[in-house]
Amino acid sequence: MILEITSGEQEVLPGPRLFNMAKIKLKIDDREIEAEAGTTVLEAAKAVGIEIPHYCYHPGLSIDGNCRMCLVEIEKIPKPVISCHTRVAEGMVVKTQTENVKKMRNSVMEFLLINHPLDCPTCDQAGECRLQDYYMQYDRIASRFAEEKVHKNKMVDLGAGVMLDQERCIACSRCVRFCNEVSKTGELVLANRGDHVTITTFPGKKLSNPYAGNVVDICPVGALTSNEFRFKKRVWFLSKTESVCTGCSRGCAIEIHFEASKVYRLIPRFNPQVNSYWMCDEGRHGFHFVNENRILKPTKNGVEISASMAISYLAGEIKNLSPASLGIVAHATLSNEVLSILKELGTSLGTQVFFSRNEPHNPLSDHFLMTKDKNPNQMGINHMGFKPLSELTQGQSLIVINGLSKKDGELVTQKKAKVIALFSANESELSKNCSLVFPIPTFAEQNGHFTNGDGLVQAFKAAFKPRGESKEIGVYLHMLLAQLEDKKPRVAFGI
Amino acid sequence: MNAPKKQLVLTNRVGIPDSHTLAVYQKTGGYSKALSKTFSQTPDGVIEEVKNSGLRGRGGAGFACGMKWSFVPKNTGKPTYLCVNADESEPGTFKDRLLLEKDPHQLIEGIIIACYAINCHTAYIYIRGEFDLSYKRIHKAIEEAYAQGILGKNVLGKNYALNVYIHRGAGAYICGEETALLESIEEGKGQPRIKPPFPAVVGLFGCPTIINNVETLSALPFILSEGATAYKKWGTEKSPGTKLFSVSGHIQKPGVYELPLGYSLKKLIEENCGGMTAGKKLKAVIPGGSSVPILTAKDVETMMLDYESAIAHGSMLGSGGVIVMNEDVDMVWALKNLTRFYAHESCGQCTPCREGTGWVDKILYRMLHEGGTNEDLNLLTDISHNMMGKTICVLADAMAMPVLSYIKKFPDDFRNHFRRTGSSPRAKVI
Ligand SMILES: Cc1cc2nc3c(=O)[nH]c(=O)nc-3n(C[C@H](O)[C@H](O)[C@H](O)COP(=O)(O)O)c2cc1C
Ligand code: SF4
Ligand code: SF4
Ligand code: SF4
Repeated sequence: MILEITSGEQEVLPGPRLFNMAKIKLKIDDREIEAEAGTTVLEAAKAVGIEIPHYCYHPGLSIDGNCRMCLVEIEKIPKPVISCHTRVAEGMVVKTQTENVKKMRNSVMEFLLINHPLDCPTCDQAGECRLQDYYMQYDRIASRFAEEKVHKNKMVDLGAGVMLDQERCIACSRCVRFCNEVSKTGELVLANRGDHVTITTFPGKKLSNPYAGNVVDICPVGALTSNEFRFKKRVWFLSKTESVCTGCSRGCAIEIHFEASKVYRLIPRFNPQVNSYWMCDEGRHGFHFVNENRILKPTKNGVEISASMAISYLAGEIKNLSPASLGIVAHATLSNEVLSILKELGTSLGTQVFFSRNEPHNPLSDHFLMTKDKNPNQMGINHMGFKPLSELTQGQSLIVINGLSKKDGELVTQKKAKVIALFSANESELSKNCSLVFPIPTFAEQNGHFTNGDGLVQAFKAAFKPRGESKEIGVYLHMLLAQLEDKKPRVAFGI
Repeated sequence: MNAPKKQLVLTNRVGIPDSHTLAVYQKTGGYSKALSKTFSQTPDGVIEEVKNSGLRGRGGAGFACGMKWSFVPKNTGKPTYLCVNADESEPGTFKDRLLLEKDPHQLIEGIIIACYAINCHTAYIYIRGEFDLSYKRIHKAIEEAYAQGILGKNVLGKNYALNVYIHRGAGAYICGEETALLESIEEGKGQPRIKPPFPAVVGLFGCPTIINNVETLSALPFILSEGATAYKKWGTEKSPGTKLFSVSGHIQKPGVYELPLGYSLKKLIEENCGGMTAGKKLKAVIPGGSSVPILTAKDVETMMLDYESAIAHGSMLGSGGVIVMNEDVDMVWALKNLTRFYAHESCGQCTPCREGTGWVDKILYRMLHEGGTNEDLNLLTDISHNMMGKTICVLADAMAMPVLSYIKKFPDDFRNHFRRTGSSPRAKVI
């Protein structure tokens, strides 16, 4: 899978710079351009929309200069140079489109393909493979290779859910550099020499770090694939939506890849303020709740009923309760929008709003991305001023949104409180025992914002419509208030 | 070995019994005049003397030695390192081995001079893994030098510290390339680094580093003790001094010869080496190690052993490994022999080298065993052009240049391996 921008619509996001560097004037393909001192020719070209093809260069990794695809010509330099490594200089004249440059690209493509198995029909990468893309863009020449290809192992389970096909590897070393420089765990190496080079782990060792899934993303070809995603879907059937990971309070920017209301994978989306190009494996694999175990219809005592019937029952119960004996429990996984609706509901009913949250279910947190707080929007909760559930009074009736943590569940039992209605996307102990259950969409099915642990507000977008009969909270509350007041609601919720 | 009759620069002790010992080295003038001259000058004075001598690197590239030293930045606050390239693995080259086995103290003295010039207190000798006697001799010599206070805290009682370490290679040709050598010392996989930065600025452990060949350094004691002018008495104006040539192949007397640069290649073969074996005719000569373009017998007539004449003959002086081939040699077979080596030794980083070396080797294998076509020759030529000048180090060029020159200079040998297509009369009858 290719994360970086290859062409087209994406905007160019400047990386963080410590100093405001001097501008340098140079010429690329007869265009006068300006670039900051220290920028490479490849980056300077990219910033003005001139795409120089490359495999081993990745903006989030050190420069290795091995693939030789980005060779360009520079006036006054006798040999072609790699643009990923060459820094801009005043008055430099760069040529990326000469016959010689084109021939060099064709030859690198030819070299890369001579020992490549060309098994696109059975390769998961097909459709997002840089070999395929560049072949179509730059090469389109029949192979002159008439010899036997080098054969290597086609199925090596590297560990961490990553599968390696050594024959497809183009030895770009991106995955090696990732493990050395980003996860800093150094499990991968390029062993052997010449056309026998191959990615491997040290004897007896496995790829095992909490960020290992990123190597699949940055592998420009089909050498590294994800066990989870392999053979599940041809990538050209997938649609993409910008979202935010719900795994922890880091809130990594991600893309949801989906088809027909089913999520197939999450991949990181570049955000220099949060996650750069990366995400952790826990977040990456944390989408199954969107596809599985869903509550798709409202139920009363386990029997499916219509949403309006269910709302009538709820309205009936609320009418019999004093505002003080009713409580609303929000959740730290809900969007700012939903939280503010719940706050408004609390105000209009005169009831308290509490919150529950995901307890840290494993101690994984580190100095890179993962945080201890396994909630995407604890900050939102804090900003709204919701109370912790420990302030619950004896025997209170609760409307719970999304669920209760184990600890909060115990508290509810202790205080002899009662959950009269649950709004949730997924089945749980609580949903089985609660008399009134309303299906709501997951983060993948709605728009909204989360405020991450550093206070940064990020938008996520609906990939597809709410599944089954699930409705956004706002829709239910709209119906509820109408019933409670037996007229049109006073407050118009932002739906 | 063929001990030269008159006094030369590098091989004067070769032939003297126990020439590798400190006792013999000191008895024959070692560790005295050259070092006292060195320490009586400023480091820049030493660099100047070496520049004046015109000494060029003998590892293959022929880069001016004093000039290279002057690239070391001063006052960086970092240590400077010297790495001695004793990885000698170029096919046909075995001259550094002679110096390591017969005169290791001359090398150590050269190391002291070079280190003083570049203000370096730590030197590493990177020695080819397969070199056994060489390793033992240089190891012993270093021990002797430490014991005598020639190395260590105070070199010869001077306020100058120098430690020398030996690092043994593990059998990779590529580790002779200077930046792969640095990687290897740093315990990495032997893979060349992208340049710039050049090692003189960012080298071993990120510090300024000079890499010099064994033969280059071994010439320093002479240059310092006798002076640049004495050194320049030998050789040509542009290629001064003497050089070792390791001659192998179909000649009567293979071996290492120290010759003044500019010496006639023909004379070397016919006189010094006693001519061809078994009365055969000369067919081809590789003048500077396997990586340089080949010469025909006609080229040999006029070729002089200096950098300029080699270039004028379309080849290079390289490491001075002279491989002589007689009329019976099939040049396709000879080339296949080399391409196998380069395909095996390519470190595999750069696409053109990783894939190209193996591809060329397979085409030649097919030509030899199943027959080739004119297309194959065009393909070999094109692949070679696609490899040259496009990679991190010049190993790709080191294979491409021989391929191009063998095809150009011996086209008939390749045609002999063309497939014969359906032209036999029998085939027609059937
Ligand atoms: C593939 C390759 C192999 C090399 N092997 C050697 C070697 O074995 N010994 C050596 O002295 N130089 C070797 N060199 C040359 C070194 O990179 C370097 O130029 C040399 O050690 C510099 O020393 P000099 O300036 O004293 O010649 C090799 C170069 C390449 C590209
Ligand atoms: S890596 Fe790319 S070119 Fe190779 S088989 Fe997979 S899709 Fe095809
Ligand atoms: S496995 Fe992929 S990322 Fe790693 S070196 Fe091979 S092609 Fe590059
Ligand atoms: S040219 Fe060959 S040997 Fe040199 S760095 Fe590239 S792949 Fe390695």
